Amino acid sequence: MAAGLIAGLVVFVLASFVGVEVINKVPPTLHTPLMSGSNAISGIAVIGALLVAGPRDSNLSVILGLIAIVLATINVVGGFLVTDRMLQMFKKKEVKA
Amino acid sequence: MSNFGSTGIELSYLIASSLFIIGLKRLGSPATARQGNTIAAVGMLIAIVATLLDRNVLNYEMILLAIAAGSVIGAIAAQRVAMTEMPQMVGLLNGLGGAASALVAVAEFWRLLDSGATVPLEATITTILGVLIGGITLTGSLVAFAKLQGIMPGAPITFGFQQPFNFSLLLIFLAGSGYLLVEPHNLPVFLGLVGISLVLGVLFVIPIGGADTPVVISLLNSYSGVAASVAGFILGNNMLIIAGALVGASGIILTQIMCKAMNRSLTNVLFSAFGSGAAAKAAEGSEGDKAIHSIDPEEGAMMLGYARSVVIVPGYGMAVAQAQHSVRELADQLERLGVSVKYAIHPVAGRMPGHMNVLLAEANVPYPQLCDMEDINPDLDRTDVALVIGANDVVNPAARDNASSPIYGMPILEVDKALHTIVIKRGMSTGFAGVDNDLFYKDKTMMMFGGAKEVVDKLVSEVKQL
Repeated sequence: MAAGLIAGLVVFVLASFVGVEVINKVPPTLHTPLMSGSNAISGIAVIGALLVAGPRDSNLSVILGLIAIVLATINVVGGFLVTDRMLQMFKKKEVKA
Repeated sequence: MSNFGSTGIELSYLIASSLFIIGLKRLGSPATARQGNTIAAVGMLIAIVATLLDRNVLNYEMILLAIAAGSVIGAIAAQRVAMTEMPQMVGLLNGLGGAASALVAVAEFWRLLDSGATVPLEATITTILGVLIGGITLTGSLVAFAKLQGIMPGAPITFGFQQPFNFSLLLIFLAGSGYLLVEPHNLPVFLGLVGISLVLGVLFVIPIGGADTPVVISLLNSYSGVAASVAGFILGNNMLIIAGALVGASGIILTQIMCKAMNRSLTNVLFSAFGSGAAAKAAEGSEGDKAIHSIDPEEGAMMLGYARSVVIVPGYGMAVAQAQHSVRELADQLERLGVSVKYAIHPVAGRMPGHMNVLLAEANVPYPQLCDMEDINPDLDRTDVALVIGANDVVNPAARDNASSPIYGMPILEVDKALHTIVIKRGMSTGFAGVDNDLFYKDKTMMMFGGAKEVVDKLVSEVKQL
């Protein structure tokens, strides 16, 4: 179990470095879309919710999982759509310019 | 067979993680941003479908129902929200993500307790972390949402012994955590920890003033990523850890960019209750006999119409009044008269990083007309008229000249260097930092009082007659 924790920590730290490298030097224009886009990605919690809500039971843990699915899906769907709506406007204007 | 299934899922997770990284990378450049968002969304879809194939996921009817419900609510919200309300929207979505992670932590802990097995130490640690970060993200985001939406006052809320109180709450949390590590089956203590996390989120955001909300939203965005990562630790799921870490890192970087733009440290933003005490004192002292010059839209239109160059400085006031389309029309009319028009965007104008860019894009303002602060400042002393629409602190010369001002050192748009400055504002109230603005009292500054949209609309009709 402790080995699993360490492996997870390795993945976490390396992924953080990737995140820093990828995001660096973003023009201010894109800060809002970037924020709402990465916010949508944080809805990845939906996967955890799916796993927790997986068993065919109706105990508290499954119910909490189902609520978490609803909340995380709102986060994911709302986040990606709203980002797309914003970026669509940027695009339209670029075609013009 | 089941072995093959789990390998397939792991490989799908690898593909999804790669798509997230590519998507984020593309989100960083205007030409590829939309594509990047789509790529990230595809990654999310792959991750979700792969998880549904997990052989432990059996509860299909209920799960699909929950996904459908969330999708419908999310889609409707995304369609309905006005561009000016984007900061609230991101804040709220953030809170939901945090809530989901916290719920996953609680549910998994509950399952472990229910199974009657001994709870491993690391499971308890990760659960406590998940509850803490997820809970703070949830209530913190809700408070930020309420402040932005105007349900709660935007000014910092402080009370006596606030820091000691928060600190002791944190100590109680740590003590409770320690107890739970030894005795994981104690439900009241666990629920107490959940409660304290939620309270901490509220206490963390209420002392932060409206002008600092962009920083807070960005920081909470980072938290929601970390919360997802912790949920990944709890479930031993790399997909969650990777995606969460990516979001956590990007949120921290955006937060740093914001702080730099205000020349303040993150600690200062979080703990100084900026704009409450010191600012109120400064305002008292400076009232006195200062005179302001106010002009009506007719005169304003003349000044603008016969200028050679105009720089428009939008701020939160433009967003509140939904005046971006009127502003665009004014710029069009001025250009018709041969005036060169540019927009000067301060990095923290509005209530969220890049807020003004989004609004002006919505009004179809051409991309090259938007100038960042560093690019436009050298041009301002050659500008005939700087038109400030609902911006305040970001054009306050005190940030440059007055070492005793609470905002001293914050980079500003130097509109006071322009030949003339016109300020459209609802009244003489201070900005979100609560600091009086010397710009309004200068000889070459003309004030036009009124809501941004009405005033700009009047300007448009006056300019049309020139």
